[in-house]
Amino acid sequence: MTTKVLRLNVNGEDTLVPVGPMATLQEVLRDKLELTSVKVGCAQGGCGSCSVLIDGELRLACLTPAEAADGCTVTTLEGLNESNSIVPIQQSFIENYAAQCGFCTPGMLVATKALLERNPKPSRDEIIEALSGNLCRCTGYLPIIKAVEDAAAALSGKQSA
Amino acid sequence: MALKDLKIVGKSVRLRDLDTHVRGQTTYYEDVRIPRMLHLKMYRSPHPHAKILKIDTTEAAKQPGVVCVLTHEDMPGKKTFTPLAAIGVAPEDEPILAFDKVRWKGEPIAAVVAESEAAAKAAAPKVKVTFEELPAVFDVEEALKAEAPIVTPWGKNYYQYPDDHAASQIRYGDVERAFAEADHIVEDKYQTKPIEHAPLETTGCVAKPEGNGRYTVYTNIQALYFALDNTAAIVGLSPAKLRFVGGTVGGGFGGKVDIQVEPIATLAAIKTKRPVKYKYSREDEMRVSSTRAAWRIYVKDGVMNDGRIVARKITTYQDAGAYIRLSSYGTMKHAGHMPGPYTIPNVSVDAYCVFTNRPPSSAMRGFGVMSGSYAIELQMDKIAAVTGVDPWQLRLINAYRNGDMKAHRKAADDAALVETIQAAAQLAGQALPADFAAMSSDDRKGG
Repeated sequence: MTTKVLRLNVNGEDTLVPVGPMATLQEVLRDKLELTSVKVGCAQGGCGSCSVLIDGELRLACLTPAEAADGCTVTTLEGLNESNSIVPIQQSFIENYAAQCGFCTPGMLVATKALLERNPKPSRDEIIEALSGNLCRCTGYLPIIKAVEDAAAALSGKQSA
Repeated sequence: MALKDLKIVGKSVRLRDLDTHVRGQTTYYEDVRIPRMLHLKMYRSPHPHAKILKIDTTEAAKQPGVVCVLTHEDMPGKKTFTPLAAIGVAPEDEPILAFDKVRWKGEPIAAVVAESEAAAKAAAPKVKVTFEELPAVFDVEEALKAEAPIVTPWGKNYYQYPDDHAASQIRYGDVERAFAEADHIVEDKYQTKPIEHAPLETTGCVAKPEGNGRYTVYTNIQALYFALDNTAAIVGLSPAKLRFVGGTVGGGFGGKVDIQVEPIATLAAIKTKRPVKYKYSREDEMRVSSTRAAWRIYVKDGVMNDGRIVARKITTYQDAGAYIRLSSYGTMKHAGHMPGPYTIPNVSVDAYCVFTNRPPSSAMRGFGVMSGSYAIELQMDKIAAVTGVDPWQLRLINAYRNGDMKAHRKAADDAALVETIQAAAQLAGQALPADFAAMSSDDRKGG
């Protein structure tokens, strides 16, 4: 078992992380870098609670071998928190009561951010499709879908204004 | 109090922790960073019913990274518990770690504590247990037959309610006489299935020695102080030596009340003098955590041509699985609920809490009640079909009104079913005849 040193840019900071061959990006982010918004719901790609952006693309940290992220830019909700584009999404989730236990919420927000980056005016069906990899067991999906619709409207309204 | 005077009911109230939820800054038990933490994985029974002849942990203890392996021999005092003992549920039937027998496939036997989660997981299958397999029973009615394999330590496959009752019972009026006088008898059998809560965050805790004889347990239990009391009794410490930190639960729904991880993790922390994390994998959560119970419900109703239900006889069986947990309480709730929100002058209920070799069931949102409503409301639709009375009107006729005596002998004083049905009919675009639209919970007229 050889340890390899990964070069990652995580939330805007360059970092070197030693990892073993079986390590997942989820372990690197949670356990080594202490980015606890990356949740462990299933560790098998089934729930979406560990959603992150790798080079801007939506990915599941639990299914990503750490080595596969070598040289990449990784963004977690911690990295998005202060950005102008996430605040309206967060506000919309709050106003629509789109969270209850909150465990799926970071993944929902990262998935929403990824959707609105590539498709600022998604249809309802496109929202449902984009969030289909993120499970919620408390709130139900309707408030979450509504939150994304309102966030898209708020963000695109701001852009066109 | 009139509805318009209520300050909170009927209004949306924002959760206090929404702000931290959306920023990923809510601290769940697993987000507390603790150095030098050990990890615990359980060796579990591969059989639904077996005698334990020998437990050999030698090989598992030699595996890389393993710090210790705990069995029932490491329990300082009592070897069994039941989570609601403090409020009179008895006996303490569930082994903390199995010793003489296993009664369900997945029952915990040996706890393997190691330097990493991977090491604990790799070593757990190395525990060697010699079993003598026993016949098992998986059906509630089979379990009550004389020749059935005995699941419980007390020799009867049902929970014994006070005064040696085999069932939680209700007797009100004279059911048999009312059946004889009824225009119709409507009978059926209903079956529900076990349901897993599947919270996004799996069951888990971290027990941390503070170095001064005190222990802090970070946990996602839904019943923090029941967990503290039970853990103290099991590990042999004063409750004053334990501090439980919780309340933030990543989805519970009743699935995190059974105190399955805290006592073992705390015991392991005492033995190793290190923080110990015991977390269910997703597979554990699906396979070994409690489920909602399956119920088998027999309903026999005596009904008049005008739709009035004059008698109801229920025989109902909850599949508690192998141990009591919260099931005996669920059966009592179920028994009280089975007349439904209807005024029925003659009622008989026998509700059995039955033990089988299936995984223990326990709490889940309205447990005992939802299953009852499922059977009752299907039954109401059948009564509507048999009598030709409209199903909306049938329910309004039978709905209890304020002042009516319920079968378990509590007078209704907060009835709202008539108004609820009227509101539902309006939302559904269902027109009600004027006399039904004018009904009220404060007036028996028409019902």
